Amino acid sequence: MPAPASAPASSQNESARHAPASYPLINDFVLTVATVNGSGSQSANHVLFRAIFQMGVPVSGKSVFPSNIQGLPAWYTIRANKDGWIARRDKVDLLVAMNPESAAEDLRALPPGASVILHSDLKSVLQRDDLKVHIVPFGELVAQACPEVKLRKLLANMIYVGVAGWLLGIELEEIHKAIEHQFGKKQKAIELNRNAANLGYNWSAEHLQNDRMIQVRRMDANRGKILIEGNAACSLGFLFGGVTVVGWYPITPSSSVIDNLASLLARHRHDPETGKATYAVVQAEDEIAAIGFVLGAGWAGARSMTATSGPGISLMAEMAGLAYFAEIPAVIVDVQRVGPSTGLPTRTGQQDILKAHFLSHGDCRHPLLIPADPVEAYEFCALSLDMAERLQTLIFVMTDLDLGMNLWSAPRFKYPEKPMDRGKVLTAQDLERLKKFERYRDVDGDAIPCRTIPGTRHPLAGYFTRGTGHTPAATYSEKQADWTENLDRLARKFFRARDFAPAPVIEAPSAGDIGLMAYGTSDLAVKEALDILRREGSAPPSYLRIRSIPFHDSVRQYLERHRVIHVVEQNRDAQLTAILRMDFPEYAARLRPLLHYDGMPLDAKTVVTKIRQAAS
Amino acid sequence: MSPTPAPKPAAEKAPALNRAGLPLTAYRGLPSTLCSGCGHDAITNMIVRAGFELNLDPSQVAKLSGIGCSSKTTAYFLGQSHGFNGVHGRMAAIATGVNLANHTLLNIGISGDGDTASIGLGQFLHMVRRNVHVCYIVENNGVYGLTKGQFSATADRGSTLKHGEVNEMDPIDTCALAIEMGCEYVARSFSGDQKQLLNLLKGAMRFDGAALLDVVSPCITFNNHEGSTKSYKIAKEREEALHDVTYVPHYEPFFADYDPGEKHTVRLPDGDRIVLKKLDRDYDPTDRVRALELLSQARDERLFLTGLIYHRKGGPKSLPKQRNLVEEPLSMLPESRTRPPRKVLESIMDAIS
Repeated sequence: MPAPASAPASSQNESARHAPASYPLINDFVLTVATVNGSGSQSANHVLFRAIFQMGVPVSGKSVFPSNIQGLPAWYTIRANKDGWIARRDKVDLLVAMNPESAAEDLRALPPGASVILHSDLKSVLQRDDLKVHIVPFGELVAQACPEVKLRKLLANMIYVGVAGWLLGIELEEIHKAIEHQFGKKQKAIELNRNAANLGYNWSAEHLQNDRMIQVRRMDANRGKILIEGNAACSLGFLFGGVTVVGWYPITPSSSVIDNLASLLARHRHDPETGKATYAVVQAEDEIAAIGFVLGAGWAGARSMTATSGPGISLMAEMAGLAYFAEIPAVIVDVQRVGPSTGLPTRTGQQDILKAHFLSHGDCRHPLLIPADPVEAYEFCALSLDMAERLQTLIFVMTDLDLGMNLWSAPRFKYPEKPMDRGKVLTAQDLERLKKFERYRDVDGDAIPCRTIPGTRHPLAGYFTRGTGHTPAATYSEKQADWTENLDRLARKFFRARDFAPAPVIEAPSAGDIGLMAYGTSDLAVKEALDILRREGSAPPSYLRIRSIPFHDSVRQYLERHRVIHVVEQNRDAQLTAILRMDFPEYAARLRPLLHYDGMPLDAKTVVTKIRQAAS
Repeated sequence: MSPTPAPKPAAEKAPALNRAGLPLTAYRGLPSTLCSGCGHDAITNMIVRAGFELNLDPSQVAKLSGIGCSSKTTAYFLGQSHGFNGVHGRMAAIATGVNLANHTLLNIGISGDGDTASIGLGQFLHMVRRNVHVCYIVENNGVYGLTKGQFSATADRGSTLKHGEVNEMDPIDTCALAIEMGCEYVARSFSGDQKQLLNLLKGAMRFDGAALLDVVSPCITFNNHEGSTKSYKIAKEREEALHDVTYVPHYEPFFADYDPGEKHTVRLPDGDRIVLKKLDRDYDPTDRVRALELLSQARDERLFLTGLIYHRKGGPKSLPKQRNLVEEPLSMLPESRTRPPRKVLESIMDAIS
C-alpha cells in the first residue's frame, strides 16, 4: 500500500478501492511496517518474516525503500497467504506505524477496520475512528530493555516484532529462532534482541486487547524450503556455474550479486593446498571498463560475467556490439530498476528488455534469459555461462529489483547434473589433427564456428579478433558478400540459442481463444489473477510464461492458437510485445499489452482489472 | 685475433634461428596498410626484432589494441599470436581481463595518443594504477590520422595543424601521468631512434607489471609540416637521449668499460638486465620526484628527452599477484577446480532453510 508514488491523498478514495475484509483473517493478511530508512528496521522485519515462514505459512516480504542511506521513509510489507498467493497486494490489514514523517499518510491509506500498532509518540496524528488501534509506548519500553542509549533505536524495532507476534499469535519460540538465525554467532546481539522481542510480547499480553481478527496459524507449507534473495541466488548460479573472472561497478540494485558472489568465491574457490584463488573479482572504474574486463577475459578463455542495472547497460552498449560481432562469450546480469537516467533506483520494473536485446549499434541481437523466481535465477545464471561459451556471444540474465533485493521462499536449489559446456574450443591436439583453423568458418553447419584460447601452444592457434568486417578466416574484409554472409550466419547463430535456453512454461491451458503472456516477476501476480477470475466463475485466459529470447517455436504455436493474447509487462511501452510483433508480424494484431510501470511489484488486482477492462 | 672461420655454404642460406628455434620472419605479421613512411611501421619493425631477440613463443603473446592508425599495427607483427583489436580507448580494460584470465601471457598493447590520452585516458590511468601486466606502447604523433588530421591531447602548445590552426593548450604527458599512477617502467623514445627503441621495448616486454613506452612517431601525412612540433625533422633535431640503453639477456655476460658512477642497471624478473650509461645529464631514473620534475622541465623548455625516464620496483604487486591467482591460467582450469562439490551447495541450502 504505502507507495508514495501511487498512494492517492484522499482516504475515501483509497478505502473505497478495497473490498471489505472478511474477518477473521487466518493465514491471509498483509502487514506493513513503516519506519525510517537506516534505523535498523530491516533486521527486525526479516525476523518477523522468518518467524511466519517458520510457522509453515506461505509468506513474502517486500521492502520499499528510498534511495538514500539514512533518514527517509521506508516500508516493509509482509504478505501471508495459505494458498500461496504472495505477490504484492496493496491492501494492508495491519500497519506498524513507527515513522512520524509518513504516519499521517500511512494511516489515511488504510481500509476501514484495519489494525494499527501505533508508536505512542504518534497518537496525535491519528484522526480516524474506524481502525483498531494498539498504542504502544516504544520509547519507555526500549529504555527498560536497553541501558545503552545508542542501541535503543535499533531495539525499538525488535519490540514491535514482539508486539506484532503477540497480536498475530506467532509462537514466541519461533521469534527466538528467527532472531538466532538473523544474528548468527553474535551472542550479545541475540540476547539483546530476544529480550526486546520478549518485552514487546509480554507487555502486549498485559496491556493490549487481542480480538484475534488477524492470525498466523501453524501450517506445513514451507517444509524443505529456503529463504533467499534473487541476487544471492544469481551469485550461487555463478559459483556453481564455474565463473572465473568477474568485472563490475557497483550500482543499485545489482551490487549484492557481486558482493555475495565475492564472499562465496572467497570461501569456496581457493585451492586447498596452496590457498590460491581460482577466480578473480575486480571492481572497475566504471561500467565501460567492467564489460571490457569481461570481454578481455571471455576472449582469453575465462568464464566471465558482470552485473549491473539500466544506467550500466547504457554504458556497456559499445562493447556489447563488439561481443556480438567478434563472437566473444560474456554474461551480463541486469537487475532492472526504474529509469530513465537515475529514475527510481530503488523501485522495480522490466524496462530494459528492448534495450538489452538490441544493445549496441548496427545489427545485433542478444539472447535474454528471464527468471521469475530464485530457482530460475540460480539455474539461468549457471546456464548463461554455458550458453555464452557454446554460442560465443553475450548473454543477458534479466532479473529485477523485486526478485533481486527481496527475500523469497523457494525450494532448495539442485546441484548441476550436467558438466559445464565450454563450447567449441580447439586444443593444440585438435589443430595438429585438423591442420587448418579458420575462426569464423561455419564448419559444422550450425552457424557456430570453432575458437581457440590464447595461450594454446600451436602455430595455427592464433587469429585476429576485430570489430571490423572480416572473412571466415578472420581476415579484414569490406566486401559486401563477406559482410552479409557473416551477418546472416550471426542471425542463424542467435536463433540457435533456442536449443539451449529454457522453453516457455504453459500453465493452465484452456480451450478458449484468449491467451496471456508474461515474464519474470509478473508470474505470481498473474497466477493469482487467473485464480481470482476462476473463482469468480469467469473463464480465465490460458497462460504462457516467456523465459527466454529468442522465442521458442511453442510461442509461435501459442500465438497461432489464440485470437487475443494479453501481454503483461512492467514497462510503459510494451517492450516485449514489440519484439513479439517484430518476430511474428502475422500475429501482431492479436497482442494486447497489459502494462504496469509505477515502480511497485505487479499485483493481481491490477491484472484482473485490466483483463476485465479489455474484455468490456 | 683469430681469423674468421670460413662459413659453411649450406648453413649460410638457412635463416638464422633464435633460441626458440624461430626465424625473424616468424615474428612478422601482415603487410602494413599505413601510409608509406609512417613512424608506426618503424615501431612495428622493432617489435618484430624485439620478439625475435627475446626468443618469444608467439603462442604465448596476446596483442591488444584500441582503434586508430596505431591500433591497426597489431596485425603487422607476430602473425601467429592471438590479436584483439577492440574498441576506441578501451584496450586497457580488455588487457585487464586478458591478464586475469591468463596471467602467463605476455600482453603487448598498442595504442595511440588519441586512444590513450583522449578517449581512453581514464582506463589507461586505472590500468596503470592496478598494475596490469602489459607492455603498453603509445605510438604518439599528436594528431588523429584516421579521421584526417585533428589535434590529439598530446599536441604541444603552439603546434599547428596543416591548415594553420594553433593548439593553445598544454599537452597531456602520458609518462608523467603514469609515474603519478605508480607505473614502474616509464620510457619515452622516438621511432627514428631504432637502437634505443629496441632496447626499451625489450625491457618493457620483460617487465612484470604495467610498462609504458611512449614513442614519438611522426605522422607523415597530417603532422609532418612546418609548424608541427612532432614532425620527423623536429623530433630528429631535438631528441636528447638521457642515457645510452643496452639490453643484456641473462645468458650473455656484459663487459663494458663503464665507471661505476656512470652506469645504472635495471634487473628484470628472468635475470635479463637493462644497462643505462650516463650521457650529458646526471640523471637517476629511480627518483620519482626528479622524473616528474624533468618531464615538467621538458614541457616548459620544449625538450624532447628520451630513455628510461622512471624505473623502480617496490610498489603494488602486479594485478594477478594482488589477486593471489593460482599458477595455471584461470582460462584453463578444469571443472573439478571451478565447480565446488555438491556438499558445498547442500551446506549453503541448510544454512538458509
